[in-house]
Amino acid sequence: MDMSIYSQAMTPEPLLQVQDMSRYYGERVGCRAVTFQLWPGEILGIVGESGSGKSTLLRCLAALDQPTDGQIQFADDGQWLDVPALPEPKRRALMRRAWGIVHQNPRDGLRMGVSAGGNIGERLMDAGERNYGQIRRVARDWLARVEIDPDRIDDLPQHFSGGMQQRLQIARVLVSEPRLVFMDEPTGGLDVSVQAKLLDLLRALVRDMGIAAVIVTHDLAVARLLTDRLMVMKDGVVIEQGLTDQVLDDPQHAYTQLLTSAVLV
Amino acid sequence: MDMIRVSGVQKSFTLHNQGAATLRVLEGIAFVAGAGECLILQGESGAGKSTLLRLLYGNYKCSRGEILIRHDEQWIDIATAQARTILEIRRLTLSYVSQFLRVIPRVSTIDIVCGPLLARGISSDIAARKAGDMLSRLNIPPRLWGLAPATFSGGEQQRVNIARSFIAHTPIMLLDEPTASLDAANRDVVIELIHEARTSGVCLVGIFHDEAVRQMVATARFDILTAKQPEVA
Amino acid sequence: MTEAQTISGADPHYNYGYLDEQTKRMVRRALLKAVAIPGYQVPFGSREMPLARGWGTGGIQITAALVGPADCLKVIDQGADDTTNAVSIRNFFARVTGGRTTQKTAEATIIQTRHRIPEKPLRADQILVYQVPQPEPLRKLEPSEVETRNMHAWEEYGLMQVRLYEDIARFGHVATTYAYPVMVNERYIASPTPIPKFDNPKMDMMPALQLFGAGREKRVYAIPPFTRVRSLDFEDHPFTVQSWDKPCEICGSRLSYLDEVIVDDHGARIFVCSDTDYCEDRRADAASLGEGA
Repeated sequence: MDMSIYSQAMTPEPLLQVQDMSRYYGERVGCRAVTFQLWPGEILGIVGESGSGKSTLLRCLAALDQPTDGQIQFADDGQWLDVPALPEPKRRALMRRAWGIVHQNPRDGLRMGVSAGGNIGERLMDAGERNYGQIRRVARDWLARVEIDPDRIDDLPQHFSGGMQQRLQIARVLVSEPRLVFMDEPTGGLDVSVQAKLLDLLRALVRDMGIAAVIVTHDLAVARLLTDRLMVMKDGVVIEQGLTDQVLDDPQHAYTQLLTSAVLV
Repeated sequence: MDMIRVSGVQKSFTLHNQGAATLRVLEGIAFVAGAGECLILQGESGAGKSTLLRLLYGNYKCSRGEILIRHDEQWIDIATAQARTILEIRRLTLSYVSQFLRVIPRVSTIDIVCGPLLARGISSDIAARKAGDMLSRLNIPPRLWGLAPATFSGGEQQRVNIARSFIAHTPIMLLDEPTASLDAANRDVVIELIHEARTSGVCLVGIFHDEAVRQMVATARFDILTAKQPEVA
Repeated sequence: MTEAQTISGADPHYNYGYLDEQTKRMVRRALLKAVAIPGYQVPFGSREMPLARGWGTGGIQITAALVGPADCLKVIDQGADDTTNAVSIRNFFARVTGGRTTQKTAEATIIQTRHRIPEKPLRADQILVYQVPQPEPLRKLEPSEVETRNMHAWEEYGLMQVRLYEDIARFGHVATTYAYPVMVNERYIASPTPIPKFDNPKMDMMPALQLFGAGREKRVYAIPPFTRVRSLDFEDHPFTVQSWDKPCEICGSRLSYLDEVIVDDHGARIFVCSDTDYCEDRRADAASLGEGA
């Protein structure tokens, strides 16, 4: 197996390239033969029911898990990085600098014992920011952008509501201006009224910053609002993919038709 | 100058979960539409006019055929183009004016209408002024401009939709029953807007249920069922 | 009371320096590795010593591995030569080496210390051995040993900077006044041991070799002579040291670290030098000047 992490140089057009990627757990299929490309600024949704393999796929893409087969390549500085083959320090550096992960449960993505400002500032400090005043300024700015009162900069996230914690997590991830963000059910677990506000915010931020994103969700309304493209998964396999509105309005596959007819979208 | 070239388009829907019933809606569709034209799609209810419009927009997937759109000096086939290409075409060249306003929560009416102008780099005060003018033309009073349209009546929402759609033209505009829920006065405003768009070079393709309106706007007609080349109106 | 003393005859029932020669070899190897990687914590096979963990067994093992007949040993505890523990350790080494001990910083070749650096600048021919309770500076932030080793390996020290940020946000300044974390050779963050932050600047470019031993945690680390040691801070909240508004009551020094001493039952207090040898020297100098006049 080729262990070199840099393949021959390519045109920097697509940002992420996945070729025939599979993840097996022994005999059991997590996900199988997934192939797609993602361009800068594109938002790709992965929908499916529980057990469809969408979370497995996301974990492999985000280098949180190793695929059993296939390739995942990320365009970094004009070269392709072989993501699963990345040595640990480079993987972690990539996670801090160019990627972001928004967890479903904000508690998984925040330091609960550190203030809101500290949470947002951490990525900056990791990157070498040594000016306290500057860190405060950036943190306040981001709190405002995610619609948290900037005066709460010194409060602990423990004292925030679920929606606020999630918005804080988003600020924490986006502060380093990553090029690719992975989100796993970003509005799951939140009240319906809170979800709408959060989706709205996410949509605006991702568009403004030109971020590419991969969003896993079981909620088709979320997919319709947030994503440009959609992949529908069932039993570990991508059964349909295309423009979001096309997949939802003119589903070709039987399962997709079932999914879309089951909800009022 | 031709802007749309459709040939050999066929569209079927297969309803897998209803005994795999197949509905063949469109067959052998071919036509051409150019800049400065307003092509009306006609045919009785259920003939597939809306389906054809959605195919042009890429919202529906073609079963067979070619749908060429002139984008940035090139011909792109919507039927086979990549997702991001279609999105760019929709952003710059091809817009769709539906019957319903897709309500994005919490964005005010004036912001909705300003949006397309701001996206073209127009400064916010000029955009706001133009947006206000357009809304006034469509009889949306200023006291409503700061509100999100979620609570407006169907007619008001549709007029906000029209305002947003016509404030900045794209080279091709697809109109799906844009006057459906409007009274006579507002309908006339829309007819004016269509006329202005057409004379400024936009290629319009539209569906109108009202024959009187069709008379006012059409420069050519295409009959879905007979699938004949457009006759000049 | 301050002359170098020679106690004739090491106790014949023990190996020279108490530790067996193989153990000394093991410790020295670990120390060599530590010196080669400034600030990096090297695990070592910490032995059972004749005093309990938490009483300086790490420092003692380093001293035991290094001490030889030519050496002169000074032992201080919080700056003082005459506390119970300093005296015990000094006597221990006198007994198992028969070697010279001293209370004068200038005369010592090896200085074992708990929680202070002598005021008098050290020379290139001296070795400073620190007793270390907790070698891992990140332990309070990250309880997992696996995680902290990873953080050191990958130089992921953002969390430590976050801790300083939190202090400033909460208190207006960094609240840590002892065991203030330092960056060694611009690579590893290390604990300077619970010395007052007042002493941190002395570690930077020190001519003497600095060795650190943690007996319970089984780690040694080192700062070679003339190594950059930087206390962590922010550009706009730079590292500062403590100061007092009164001089030492005994010798009048305004430059040394002062201990607060309560002198009566009414709460009256005086400030005196923590470093007894330094204070004594100054007093002797002042007295001889007075005599000469």
